[in-house]
Amino acid sequence: MKSITKQKDFEAVKEILEPFDRIFIFGCGTCTTMTHTGGVEEVAEMCGKLQELGKLVTGSTVVPTACDEVTEEIMKQHGQAIENATAILVMSCALGVQKIASYIEKPVIPAVDTLFIGVEDTPGTFKEACDQCGQCIIGETAGICPITACHKGLVNGPCGGTSNGKCEVDKERDCAFTLIYNRLKIQGRLDLMKKYHEPKNYHVEPRPKVIKVS
Amino acid sequence: MAKSSFKEALESGKFVITSEIGPPKGTNIEPMLHHIDLLKDIVDGINVTDHQSSVMRFPSIGGCLAIKERGGEPILQMTCRDRNRMALQADLLYAYTRGIRNVLCLTGDAVPVGDHPTAKGVFDLDSSQLLQTIRLLESGKDMGGNDLNGSPEFCAGAIVTPEANPIEPQLAKFEKKIEAGAEFIQTQAIYDLENFAKFMEYARQFNVKIMAGIVLLVSARMAKFMNNNVPGIFVPDHLIDELAAAPKGEALNTGIRIAGRMVKQLKEQNLCDGVHIMAIGKEEVVPDILAAAGIQK
Repeated sequence: MKSITKQKDFEAVKEILEPFDRIFIFGCGTCTTMTHTGGVEEVAEMCGKLQELGKLVTGSTVVPTACDEVTEEIMKQHGQAIENATAILVMSCALGVQKIASYIEKPVIPAVDTLFIGVEDTPGTFKEACDQCGQCIIGETAGICPITACHKGLVNGPCGGTSNGKCEVDKERDCAFTLIYNRLKIQGRLDLMKKYHEPKNYHVEPRPKVIKVS
Repeated sequence: MAKSSFKEALESGKFVITSEIGPPKGTNIEPMLHHIDLLKDIVDGINVTDHQSSVMRFPSIGGCLAIKERGGEPILQMTCRDRNRMALQADLLYAYTRGIRNVLCLTGDAVPVGDHPTAKGVFDLDSSQLLQTIRLLESGKDMGGNDLNGSPEFCAGAIVTPEANPIEPQLAKFEKKIEAGAEFIQTQAIYDLENFAKFMEYARQFNVKIMAGIVLLVSARMAKFMNNNVPGIFVPDHLIDELAAAPKGEALNTGIRIAGRMVKQLKEQNLCDGVHIMAIGKEEVVPDILAAAGIQK
């Protein structure tokens, strides 16, 4: 499982950093390293671009896993460089950005957009697998989640836009219900295609979602 | 309460004819009113599309009210794309009080294919759940389990794509819609009557009225475009050839003849319970299609 990100346009980063002249940059050694959006190379490249803009980069580091507790310790090690900065630019997914933002009061600014939580489908290709809806039905849909695999998140079968097993939104993308049908057929469970699913509860755990594990 | 005249037509055993109009983009409803006047006395019901192809327009419920005002029989198309379950239920209650008695339940096209591609697609319900919701409201309850002070009664329908590939998942959904209470089905456009006859052999086992979708072909180019780009449409080569062979300026008349011939064959061979004629932008020629089919009301 990885948090899949894409880099923001540099123009957007430039605009939001406009009021700030001294920047500390965080990268992440886990998800954004793998997607080449915030690893060692990308952080170095960002340093260069900001310096070209005339900004002072007070320091940079690529933490092992930005959303982990260890990040706080690493921030302490870089205490002076962070103190010298007027803003923190973070090249991790939003989980890391928020983790870092929770430790300091300085403006913390994301340099990437977080797209989805994905699993590796084929080498280098990640697909969204779970929307964390709190009502898992994949036991009845042959292990394929229609909430994420169907563009409309339908649960009761395909819409009229499916064609040759593909989705109306993009002919390169599979129709979830063709995949589900094919696999249920192999499993000898096609009767499940006809099972009616009630309207979903969109508030199994209402937002803001917080769970305390004892 | 008196049954809707469309429902009466369905139950009468006659060959039922419906057509449809698309509301305008803007406040100039004159062309829509013209189409309503043209159709209201020659068909058993007029569908009003609901932001068809995810293109924002004047609402389907507004088109249906205009049909009522002009003495026609509206069929309210309701998609699940733009409204959550609260808004859908509210619109159903309102529609009923304004004399709208027929509803066609659709999931709705995807948002990114339309003209507001960054909008949020709702899809709180799907078409089969919307059908269940109608039956629930009729029982005097809402989806929250509360009692209604006055309940509606609708003739509810849905759609199917007989030429879908693969067909099996589509048919599973079709059966769910019937189970959920669909009384009539208007199909996606069909052109190959042999394929359609096979579909009807299967569909006849269900207690539901099937109306074949007839989309007017206006040129060979349009037919080829639909084959390549519209999901679940198959226009056979012989029809494309017939359109291509039309003399210059005569393709539309050829399309009218083809549509009329199909309606005639479907009726004479008793293949289905009726037809739903979609002339998409050429509503003026629907009377000509019916004339070509030898149908007079």
